[in-house]
Amino acid sequence: MSVASSLGGQAGGGEVAGGLMGRAAPETSSVATSTTAGPELVQLLTPEGERVSHPDYALDLTAEDYRSLYRDLVLVRRVDVEATALQRQGELGIWAALLGQEAAQVGSGRALLPGDYAFPTYREHGVAYCKGVDPLKLLGLFRGVSHAGWDPHDHNFGLYTIVIGSQTLHATGYAMGIQKDGTEDAVIAYFGDGATSQGDVNEAFVFATVFNAPVVFFCQNNQWAISEPLERQTRIPLYQRARGFGFPGVRVDGNDVLAVLAVTRAALRNAREGNGPTFIEAFTYRMGAHTTSDDPTRYRLASDLETWKLKDPLERMKAYLVRSGMADAAFFAGVEVDADALAAHVRKGCIEMPDPDPLSIFDGVYAEPTALLAEERARFAAYLSSFADGPQADADSAAATAGGR
Amino acid sequence: MAPTTLAKAVNMGLRKAMESDPKVLVMGEDVGKLGGVFRVTDGLQKDFGEARVIDTPLAESGIVGTAIGLALRGYRPVCEIQFDGFVYPAYDQIVSQLAKMHYRSQGTTPLPVTIRIPFGGGIGAVEHHSESPEAYFAHTAGLKVVACSNPVDAYFMIRQAVVADDPVIFFEPKRRYWEKAELDESATPPPLHSATVVRPGDDLTVLAYGPMVRTALEAAAAAAAADEGRSLEVIDLRTLSPLDLVPVLESVRRTGRCVVVHEAPVFLGMGSELAARITEACFYSLEAPVLRVGGFDTPYPPSRLEEAYLPDLDRVLDAVDHAFAF
Ligand SMILES: Cc1ncc(C[n+]2csc(CCOP(=O)(O)OP(=O)(O)O)c2C)c(N)n1
Ligand SMILES: [Mg+2]
Repeated sequence: MSVASSLGGQAGGGEVAGGLMGRAAPETSSVATSTTAGPELVQLLTPEGERVSHPDYALDLTAEDYRSLYRDLVLVRRVDVEATALQRQGELGIWAALLGQEAAQVGSGRALLPGDYAFPTYREHGVAYCKGVDPLKLLGLFRGVSHAGWDPHDHNFGLYTIVIGSQTLHATGYAMGIQKDGTEDAVIAYFGDGATSQGDVNEAFVFATVFNAPVVFFCQNNQWAISEPLERQTRIPLYQRARGFGFPGVRVDGNDVLAVLAVTRAALRNAREGNGPTFIEAFTYRMGAHTTSDDPTRYRLASDLETWKLKDPLERMKAYLVRSGMADAAFFAGVEVDADALAAHVRKGCIEMPDPDPLSIFDGVYAEPTALLAEERARFAAYLSSFADGPQADADSAAATAGGR
Repeated sequence: MAPTTLAKAVNMGLRKAMESDPKVLVMGEDVGKLGGVFRVTDGLQKDFGEARVIDTPLAESGIVGTAIGLALRGYRPVCEIQFDGFVYPAYDQIVSQLAKMHYRSQGTTPLPVTIRIPFGGGIGAVEHHSESPEAYFAHTAGLKVVACSNPVDAYFMIRQAVVADDPVIFFEPKRRYWEKAELDESATPPPLHSATVVRPGDDLTVLAYGPMVRTALEAAAAAAAADEGRSLEVIDLRTLSPLDLVPVLESVRRTGRCVVVHEAPVFLGMGSELAARITEACFYSLEAPVLRVGGFDTPYPPSRLEEAYLPDLDRVLDAVDHAFAF
């Protein structure tokens, strides 16, 4: 069964919606215990690597598909680990690790067709990878050489968005545009559990549902918004929020790349077919610090981390590949070689990334140039050259910086 | 008396405010268990409890909007906005509601809300973490706007802001959080809305606030040591709305020259208002136009460019040279 039949279409029908309606207000503890997701969780691969089926989400993949999903998980994690190391070595100002969220990102990223547009937060390195963005380009922002190193239109992958939640409205608007154009594309908006509290996100839900926009709201519930646990943002499971806005919500095991792929595909198909938005809550865990500047020992227990380690998204895929005989030692060795090569590319490229020219400060502010900016740029250029040319030029530049600008 | 960092001084000031008045609340993202991303609220939740030190949901409009409601109910909320660039989701609540309610109620409804905002650049951060939005708020009638520059002021000013009956936007210079000074908690501070001369001088007046005060002082020291031996008077404005122009005008009448320094863009920044008012009041004393050193008409650049972008000692001295060339 597709999302369309199981979640959308019928008023109050479908498993998710119906189940919700009959339920009393949940105890806070059902949210608070962040290691257990509840029976509504869609899963196709258990933490032990056992392939299970789900009545609503069939997934027909070739052995090659399974292997390449695993390969992507490994590569994405490897980039992340390398970037974290580069930050430690002073090559990046900061890094927001995706550790633990690889399956949520690769599963959803691989569900996207080339024409589908993704609107990321600052942590969607795995989605960027699936969208063909060179990981090196992501590092530019964190190194401080650019605000974004890629052209969104080249990849249908938007700029990283640091202001929490904003991009969900952009995604909705983009989807409204697709709808007006009458094309088959869809949009996916990424955001975190913390972001669900923002006004922008709730407004996005309203716009999307009122206009029936072809957008998928993909929430990676990694249980934390910096130091704040999920229960600081919600009293009900997040996926149930969608119902109040009038569209279906589904909770998927965010550490199960197969389930995420299947659920996201179904939601995208639903959007393409004109059935409007879907909320996907990918239930996962932020295994690392919020960013390299953060110290999670101040606010969470190491034992939670241990529990979640047992649900590692890579390990279960590996176990499945081994158990099913779809991959052998040579395959895994090959993946490691590829990961090493990608890491080397990222490391070398990062270290060699030059600092931008100071005058580039003035580039790209407006689409149409302004006199003020041209004047500021000329003055600043004269000021900078005064240092290169010694004391005489210094006096000239004093006149050139009239107004101190 | 021990040397105290600016971050710690705000922390101590908040603690004092909470001890003095049980109605004082601290609220914001990560202010509780974590103690804030800069640790400014460190230990407060432990000592005052979760009812008074509140980790809020992740929503700035929600933080300020509910602070308004709490103030209407008799509380004195101190909101933390995690970084300058994240205050804008609360902009409507601040500008349309917080700033205007006293006026709309014909003075019957004071809103003693303090909004703390770490501001400015220089810490190598990614975008939205280095902005200087003070002019937006100073431009709004009904709000008081202040910026501290050192630990001693930080300690006393936050206490004064909390007891004030007007809403106060309280800017903290994040790149100076770790700078230390001797803090005597028993000292008598100047009034909140007063500017202070932090280095006397005769030849030119430098006006600064927040992070740029130290830069101005460094420039003054360098100017004194240089061949020309210029004597710069540095004034820490401390209050941006209302402005305290008394020491400013007295100084400029004496020196005849003035340079205003801030990180925020020069275009329609605090310097524009100061230049206009100084020119009106001191026209016949001026030897040169009031000059401004500040940000360009660009968004804050990527951090590897911030050294070029931010006013520094050389940029200030360049403007000083120019003022003397008139
Ligand atoms: C509007 C806004 N407020 C505050 C912040 C500071 N901040 C950055 S990340 C974050 C937590 C986000 O949590 P969540 O949405 O769960 O995403 P996660 O980081 O867990 O992926 C906060 C508060 C911000 N970036 N933008
Ligand atoms: Mg989160």
